[in-house]
Amino acid sequence: MINPAELETELPYLQRYALAQLRDRDAANEIVQETVLAALESGDSFSGKSSLRTWLTSILRFKLIDRLRRKGKEVLFASLDEETDDSDFDGLFSKDGHWQERIKAWSGPEESMMARQFWDVFERCSEVMPRRTAMAFVMREVMGLEIAEICNNLEITATNCSVLLYRARMSLRECFEIRWTGEARA
Amino acid sequence: MKINCRQASRLISQGLDQPLSQWDHVRLRMHLWMCGNCRQFSHQLQLMRQSARKAGRGE
Repeated sequence: MINPAELETELPYLQRYALAQLRDRDAANEIVQETVLAALESGDSFSGKSSLRTWLTSILRFKLIDRLRRKGKEVLFASLDEETDDSDFDGLFSKDGHWQERIKAWSGPEESMMARQFWDVFERCSEVMPRRTAMAFVMREVMGLEIAEICNNLEITATNCSVLLYRARMSLRECFEIRWTGEARA
Repeated sequence: MKINCRQASRLISQGLDQPLSQWDHVRLRMHLWMCGNCRQFSHQLQLMRQSARKAGRGE
């Protein structure tokens, strides 16, 4: 059985997870509520073998992807052409394709610290990412879905998917870099 | 045969999602062997993945 008090302590985590995918606070809250209701209804199936958080997250993941399927993609997304153009990274490379600036090691962050700050960095950084790009990243790197599943969920080709992931990684890397090398200097 | 950093960065990202063709794999290895920037870039993408997966598991 689920303890409601314990369940409540997981709400902020679930909200962040949903927000990373939906980027809309109302929609995120709504889906978190649905998740909690579903959890309470099927509380008997929670064996306690996995942690409560893991179990709730699996329900939430299912709901997020299901929502995407139901809502249809047209409403959610702008033209794919714009999203799969990687010319915005031109400035990072010289004409012959070499890095303009030296890539510095992130000496500051311990790995565990990065994980704790991941949501913060992602939330801020993904605000400027096209929506589908951010979604592809969450599905791949946060949820750990395979490419075929992501293509299917977003109705895009594997080639487009790999461009979206490339763009998301490039942007996010810069966000982490600003965070880590900035703090190191301060 | 030779690739530049921009091409290498795309292959590094691709390699996180699916196995590269043998040809691309070798070209990327050669490039990484010579290029410290791209080795660093590759390492950072791995770190990002690890932290994202941990965050996704609620750790």
